[in-house]
Amino acid sequence: MNILTIKNLHANIDGKEILKGINLEVNAGEVHAIMGPNGSGKSTLASVLAGRELFEVTEGEVAYMGKDLLDMSPEVRSREGVFLGFQYPVEIPGVSNVNFMKAAVNEHRKHKGLEPISASEFLKLMREKMAFVEMDSTLTSRSVNEGFSGGEKKRNEIFQMAMLEPTLAILDETDSGLDIDAIRVVANGVNKLRRPDNAIIVITHYQRLLDYIVPDIVHVLYNGRIIKTAGKELALELEEKGYDWLKDDK
Amino acid sequence: MNLESSYVDLYMANMDLLREGVSDIINKHRSDAIESFNLLGIPTKKVEKYKYTNLAERFAEDFEKYFTPKHEAVDLPSLFTCDVPDFDTYKVYILNGFYYGDKKLLEENGVVFGSLAEASFKYLELFEKYYNTLADNQTEGVTALNTAFAQDGVFIYAPKSATLNKPIQIINFLLSEEDTFVQTRNLFVFEENSNVRVIICDHTLSAKRFLTNAVTEVYVAPEANIELVRMQNEHNLSTHVTSDYVQQNEKSVFISNTITLHGGMVRNNINVVLNGEYCENHTYGLFLSDKIQHVDNYANIDHAVPNCVSNELFKGVLDDKSTGAFNGGIMVRRDAQKTQAYQASNNLLLTGEARVYAKPQLEIYADDVKCSHGATVGQLDAEALFYMQSRGIGKRKAQLLQLYGFAYDVVQKVGIEALRESVAELVRKRLRGELARCENCSINCG
Repeated sequence: MNILTIKNLHANIDGKEILKGINLEVNAGEVHAIMGPNGSGKSTLASVLAGRELFEVTEGEVAYMGKDLLDMSPEVRSREGVFLGFQYPVEIPGVSNVNFMKAAVNEHRKHKGLEPISASEFLKLMREKMAFVEMDSTLTSRSVNEGFSGGEKKRNEIFQMAMLEPTLAILDETDSGLDIDAIRVVANGVNKLRRPDNAIIVITHYQRLLDYIVPDIVHVLYNGRIIKTAGKELALELEEKGYDWLKDDK
Repeated sequence: MNLESSYVDLYMANMDLLREGVSDIINKHRSDAIESFNLLGIPTKKVEKYKYTNLAERFAEDFEKYFTPKHEAVDLPSLFTCDVPDFDTYKVYILNGFYYGDKKLLEENGVVFGSLAEASFKYLELFEKYYNTLADNQTEGVTALNTAFAQDGVFIYAPKSATLNKPIQIINFLLSEEDTFVQTRNLFVFEENSNVRVIICDHTLSAKRFLTNAVTEVYVAPEANIELVRMQNEHNLSTHVTSDYVQQNEKSVFISNTITLHGGMVRNNINVVLNGEYCENHTYGLFLSDKIQHVDNYANIDHAVPNCVSNELFKGVLDDKSTGAFNGGIMVRRDAQKTQAYQASNNLLLTGEARVYAKPQLEIYADDVKCSHGATVGQLDAEALFYMQSRGIGKRKAQLLQLYGFAYDVVQKVGIEALRESVAELVRKRLRGELARCENCSINCG
């Protein structure tokens, strides 16, 4: 089953073209890794897929589950099952994690025509999903990401992913700023969320994360285009040889 | 005729009426006060402290002034259930500045509360000792005017070690068929180690212009633990000036929280003198304004002695063309070593036309202190909005969550638990736009 098809996607920020014709196909059950040097457009691609207004799509199309993704507002994309794990999760002072997640879960349920979740059901769900990422339960009553350590913020992202059970998760450098133990915990969380009917795109600089979240397909993004696509062995090759040989190839 | 002389003339013409119904201890301060007022006048914007709030303009408007209680034939408690509490409080009703109710003084656990006028006869010694001792009639024209005209208000006396299990709730109603000027005077005396919570709610019940000039003196004896919460919820035709004078003595704790949900023009003056060592003062405020409302908070904390802690936090959310101001003074006197004084003012502007003026003022004459201040004026955080949207939360809802999160900092400081929930709900309602007029209000005041 096809989940995502990107055709010739171009996107600008402030008139500067960052994505210069991306083509990508993601099917159910697959884990894709997108790697590439700094400034190649990886995070831009993630942002465009999540609907960040900062970027202007100038050309191309994105079909998600057969629907036009670019036509949806960010919140509708989320309710339809798209999830972006932020590279830099945002702090929201005064909004507790519980209230934040409850609002999110209920918006998702409403979208599906379901009644709001009951308080006890919600607490049960929270507890269960927090265990997933070994998250400290005291974090739930605290303001979203406020004063969280780098590791706590990333765990919180995966926790939110677990709560919302997306069909397509895009994890933008979820490993950055994490120590090796935290990477393992976060990766385990992600692995537990893998299902035959969903897909995950992992954006990362390093092979390290891919030791834990083993991809089916690895892409190299460079200068706004995907310049190489191969199996998981490509990641190892990149770790060893860097990106330069690919750039030359091009 | 200028504004000052018109008030002086009004005073002269009604002197006999003013003197009726209260004891000489209140009356003996009148002549000095009116003289002082005559010199000071009502502050214009030329007075630095009132730079952003033109009181003189409002005080010059044509208002009816009543010097005898004008109780309409209404049963207040049944007519109006204050939105704040569906919880248990000792209620005191004030109608157009005068005590409303048959039993003028109530007593619970030794704590006396009720009509100031009545108490001025019954508690002569206390009035001699405390009445008009904290109020600043020398530099504040509005306070001097209140002292000259004071007739009634609320008196609270908590004897040594007295504790009330429920808050005292003062509900100020304005209800008249005429545009009306009201001057309320409160005196609260909290003796050693007493523990009392007070809530003051302000409401307008008729679609007339109202001007309130209230003065509250609060004496906090050593080791007393007192909380004062104001819920200001008046319509757009109202002007409300409050002047609180608080004196804290050794090891006392005083928390005040001024929540302005609604009001045409509001000016709150909060003056605190930390007069004994190891005091703790918390002065908080939150205002939510829209249309052309104007809310100005002035707070001055005077660290007169060493080893005290004060903490000020004021927040404002301004919509439409509303305006706001915060003027926060901290004075640390030369001997007030080991002072810790913190102050912050944070404001959110929801439109390009809303304005807020934040002015922190620290004067520090001691050299071993910890002080900080900060003022921010900003908009909703676009990154946070996107973050919430990316989790499925609609834009409007995401904005509300953020606004409420912003306000929550102050709401959570309300110590009275049951009240905190009500305040939270009212703030949420106000932010959702459901409180475009005061709760339970059937009048349409625009």
